[in-house]
Amino acid sequence: MAKITFITRNGEKITVEGNDGSLMELAKQNNIKGIDGDCGGVCSCATCHVHVDPAYFEKTGTASEIENDMLELDDNVGEYSRLSCQIPVSDALDGLVLQVAN
Amino acid sequence: MKKSDLPDPFEHARLEKGHGHFNDQDDAVTMLLRLKDVRKTAKDWETFQSGAAPGRIVVPSEVSIRDTRQIPFEVDPPMHTDYRALVEAWFKRPDEEEYREKLAKIINELVDEMLTRDSVEVVEEFSLKLQSRALTLLLNIPYDESEIWISWGTHVFRSEDSPVDGKKAAILYDYIDEQIDRAIENPGDDLYSVLLASEIEGRKMTKEEVKGVMILTFAGGRDTVINAVTNSIAYLADHPASLARLHNEPEITTRAVEELIRYFSPLTHMGRVATKDTEVCEHAVKANTRVSLCWASANRDAATFNNPNEIDLDRKMNPHVGFGFGIHKCLGATHARQILRILLGILAERVGSIDILDYEENIEDWEEFQRKVGYNNIKVKFNAKN
Repeated sequence: MAKITFITRNGEKITVEGNDGSLMELAKQNNIKGIDGDCGGVCSCATCHVHVDPAYFEKTGTASEIENDMLELDDNVGEYSRLSCQIPVSDALDGLVLQVAN
Repeated sequence: MKKSDLPDPFEHARLEKGHGHFNDQDDAVTMLLRLKDVRKTAKDWETFQSGAAPGRIVVPSEVSIRDTRQIPFEVDPPMHTDYRALVEAWFKRPDEEEYREKLAKIINELVDEMLTRDSVEVVEEFSLKLQSRALTLLLNIPYDESEIWISWGTHVFRSEDSPVDGKKAAILYDYIDEQIDRAIENPGDDLYSVLLASEIEGRKMTKEEVKGVMILTFAGGRDTVINAVTNSIAYLADHPASLARLHNEPEITTRAVEELIRYFSPLTHMGRVATKDTEVCEHAVKANTRVSLCWASANRDAATFNNPNEIDLDRKMNPHVGFGFGIHKCLGATHARQILRILLGILAERVGSIDILDYEENIEDWEEFQRKVGYNNIKVKFNAKN
């Protein structure tokens, strides 16, 4: 079980718990504002863009080339940007803090 | 080649030069064919605008048959941002459970009817009916209204002999005018009334603006949904193993829909007008000339997609542009995705196999490229699951 904290654009902090699936799916299950996941997680819509807390970036890993191509053209992209549909939830991510990008 | 295959006519030009040329009613279009160029250009709305003369970004151009600006589609920021924000929540309603249940009822009833027949012409008798009946949900109006739209036939403003037919377009535009007047007289909780009550820049939306949103909603979701539904049925007829998989592993449905959208690319391309002299893909683009974002070609770009000409229901990374890209990405995508997800689920549950009896392909003519986008008609037999 991993505790994950999402910080939305209006500064709301929501901590949720998850075991499996992707961070996007976890956010959708918990109605996190700004994570739409329109395409269901195939890296095509970029509506699940988050900024990973730098302290955790090693654990989430960096984006693949295809993901980067999507992020590059998205609004509010930064050094620690990821598409949350591409990050699997695992115990290793316990304590993770994510800023919702849009 | 299977009957349901949609060949990629753009491959050679995409690899060799990255663009194509289509001389449309003396307003030529440079078609951009590579995924990265298409995305970059779609993103750069300042250089490649949508807010040109109404109808001009559509290919073939509708400048000669339409004065009403489609909203938010033919508007650039900052106004686009306000319009889009105004309609976004309404067009997300298809994700709600109640909406999905109503959609499932519509599709189940249609499938009931199809299973009793020896032969079904899918375009007119299935896809057009499904598209029209589902649209009553998106507009939140009585189901019976769909009978009128079904009676218009498959193309709202495409006739047999001309790609752009003013007389056919007038049927839709006059109808929408009447409906707006009806909503003014007798407001309800339908999309017309909601738009008429909406405020933009601190004032009420005008009739012309409401008409612009409604034309977009009708026209943008007609041929596209019809092609996507028809092509899905042809695909399942040709690939019974996929139908069985969708039944045994319903969790793959969402991914399958994205893959079908990538492969079918129901809208071949959409234009933009350059606001200054610029360059795309080492090709000079003059100010006030048109380029098009060729979604159909970009979705077969082997630089991003492995085996791009295969439908792979397990494709996990699928950054397709079947619903466009950037600020103007398809407003009706939520509705379209739910139609296809629910349709695949119901067919997998109730249909054991589909036989293709006869068909005539719909081939678009873009001079340099001939693209199969679907079928003019396709007769099938739906066989119930035992």
